[in-house]
Amino acid sequence: MKILVAVKRVIDYNVQIRVKEDGSGIVTDNVKMSTNPPDDNAIEEAVKIKEAGKATEVVAVTVGEEKAQETVRKALAVGADRGIHVKADGIIEPLAVSKILQKIVDKEKPDLVFMGKQAIDDDCNQTGQMLSSLLDWPQATFASKINVKDRKLEVVREIDEGLETIEIATPAIVTCDLRLNEPRYASLPNIMKAKKKPIEQLNASDLGVDVVPKIQQIKVEEPPKRKAGIKVSSVAELVQKLKNEAKVI
Amino acid sequence: MGKESMEYDVVIVGGGPSGLATAIKLKQLDSKLNVCLLEKASEIGAHILSGNVFETRALDELLPNWKELNSPIKTKVSKEKFLFLGKTKSLSWPTWLLPKVQQNHNNYIISLANLCRWLAEQAEALGVEIFPGFPASEILYHEDGSVKGVATQDMGIDKEGNQKDSFEPGIELLGKVTVFAEGCRGHLGKQLIEKFKLSKDKDPQQYGIGFKEIWEIEDKNHEEGMVMHTAGWPLDNSTYGGSFMYHAENKQVFLGYVIGLDYKNPYLSPFDEFQRFKTHPAIRKIISGGKRISYGARALIEGGLQSLPKMFMPGALLVGCDAGTLNMPKIKGSHTAMKSGMIAAETIIENIRENKDLSIYEEKFKKSWVYKELHSARNVKPSFSWGLILGIIFTGIDQILFRGKLPFTLRHKHADHETLKPASEMPKIDYPKYDNVITFDKTSSVYLTGTNHTDNQPVHLKLKDPNLPISYTLEKFDEPAQRYCPAGVYEVQREDDINKFVINSQNCIHCKTCDIKEPSQNITWVTPEGGGGPKYGNM
Repeated sequence: MKILVAVKRVIDYNVQIRVKEDGSGIVTDNVKMSTNPPDDNAIEEAVKIKEAGKATEVVAVTVGEEKAQETVRKALAVGADRGIHVKADGIIEPLAVSKILQKIVDKEKPDLVFMGKQAIDDDCNQTGQMLSSLLDWPQATFASKINVKDRKLEVVREIDEGLETIEIATPAIVTCDLRLNEPRYASLPNIMKAKKKPIEQLNASDLGVDVVPKIQQIKVEEPPKRKAGIKVSSVAELVQKLKNEAKVI
Repeated sequence: MGKESMEYDVVIVGGGPSGLATAIKLKQLDSKLNVCLLEKASEIGAHILSGNVFETRALDELLPNWKELNSPIKTKVSKEKFLFLGKTKSLSWPTWLLPKVQQNHNNYIISLANLCRWLAEQAEALGVEIFPGFPASEILYHEDGSVKGVATQDMGIDKEGNQKDSFEPGIELLGKVTVFAEGCRGHLGKQLIEKFKLSKDKDPQQYGIGFKEIWEIEDKNHEEGMVMHTAGWPLDNSTYGGSFMYHAENKQVFLGYVIGLDYKNPYLSPFDEFQRFKTHPAIRKIISGGKRISYGARALIEGGLQSLPKMFMPGALLVGCDAGTLNMPKIKGSHTAMKSGMIAAETIIENIRENKDLSIYEEKFKKSWVYKELHSARNVKPSFSWGLILGIIFTGIDQILFRGKLPFTLRHKHADHETLKPASEMPKIDYPKYDNVITFDKTSSVYLTGTNHTDNQPVHLKLKDPNLPISYTLEKFDEPAQRYCPAGVYEVQREDDINKFVINSQNCIHCKTCDIKEPSQNITWVTPEGGGGPKYGNM
């Protein structure tokens, strides 16, 4: 069984995001980039399944600029066997990414495709679902537990009401939640070994996928600053303010 | 406990200017050498913080074609100012009356973090193996006591010291020579200096704490290439310190403040002095309407030649500010750090090829321009122990008339942890409230550093005596850690009439000030799990 895992390079979750002064986007110069956190869970799960003897190969794929390769390299350092980097610059929307992934799936013929439930930069939460539709494969989203069975997957999903357990047939798409596992650290010897693992480089245009954004981004702005609170001197004043200023009662 | 080990010709600890220059020079001299470099930050540059007005002398020697290599050295200094600040007034000191070492017209305003990222690319292209996210946590010795290498930190240890599921043991990196390039107050360098008595017959090391903020300011206030320094307000005559403001590219200014850690009043808060400094009319008018985008702090070396330890020992060398090569009157250490690393590389080549003793490092260092620089700079910092005014008068005589060639050397008498006076003898300082426009509190400042340490790991700020902060330091000095820490790591909380000393180690920005200034040397900074600490951008 082969597992394809899609990973995305995003601004590190510890970095404070800064909006460009002209509102045309966010500042990415001199900013620390990392793998999208739930994508780390996706890689970890795939590697665990392989270690359990239930998969034979884990392939990491990313779509993005030249430096996005680092994200694939990191996946290789924690156990993926080889990587694919599809080069594309600028904002690549989920639809374009899922079309690219569709081409990669046609080529690689994996039994499972794993990825994070959503990326922390655009919060779209669409790629897995769109890929499922394009391939006409079953999908299990927000997975917090995956049990591989013969030609089937039992997946526990995190939903608003609690946990939902479903069974789907493979081949399938699974999008992973943060509680799925605890991603391992890349050890130093494994980082060195990862430098020798192959990464295939492709161009989005060679795959025949149009990556031009279909959505026009009009403006990016910071959320309004929270105003400082005030202390009221009496219950009467509080009621009066809730009534007349906040207009909530 | 057998850890896995890997052998290299040279192991370098620390990816700052000195470590990277060592690595590059080594590979230039012998491309077949196996060289690896460890860095505790999540990426090269993420723990680098510096002014920085850069003198290219060492880089000109190391990579003479740096201009063609797309280096991040772009903004040439075009204008200079030196101001003496009174509370509301300022007096501009004519540039021609500044000592030559403080003139900057051939220098560049750079981000040292970006320079290090670029140097790392050059090093990797030459075949240096760079491992960010791997702090060296332990020194390894041969049976004869010589340095064998270092071990990296175990990953995945919980608060109580137990292995988590994600446990990943550290590994041993063994080198024919190990180079320690951790920067000011490196935690392994500190152990080496003690073990090999490298500071014997030297003056105690002197330190400062440096703050830096990056501001994006209004076009009309920005003069790209402008370098401005100030002395005076808000510090009193007896406290050593001053500010810098460098107008960099992209409408940014690098604004910072350095305070000598030999200050005496335990109520002094370096952070608040810096915040207050920004409210001076001469500063406020430049940053008004602008936006603060970065914050950080780091201890720096101020001791100079008198405090410079021996830099070699069996199996290892100290380079850059892990030893202390910063030139204080120049307020620059990057070029001297790089040069010390380049000399170390030459030494190592002769050591490996011709079996020459590492002690030749000292001879080579003494013949270099770094030594000459540090020698003529040596009397400036100690003269300020007489106060700002006498210090300036003496420095004028020493640097302008005698060009650093006075026939005597002033000594540093005390280590910085010895200089605090009891709180009962010193005045409390009433700092103004933060306005959240020009001045900010520590919490929102630390937020800008992107600092994070994986939770559920051992506290990396170790107390030798856990009771001392409350039983002694609070009583006698009003626990100054609450104020000297630039990140609010240390707090004294009162619960049910009992004082409790709290260490918020996840906020630590790795400046090392506590390790230096704690009056009883009760706090020891050790490496946290790899990748922890700040994530500085272009600092």
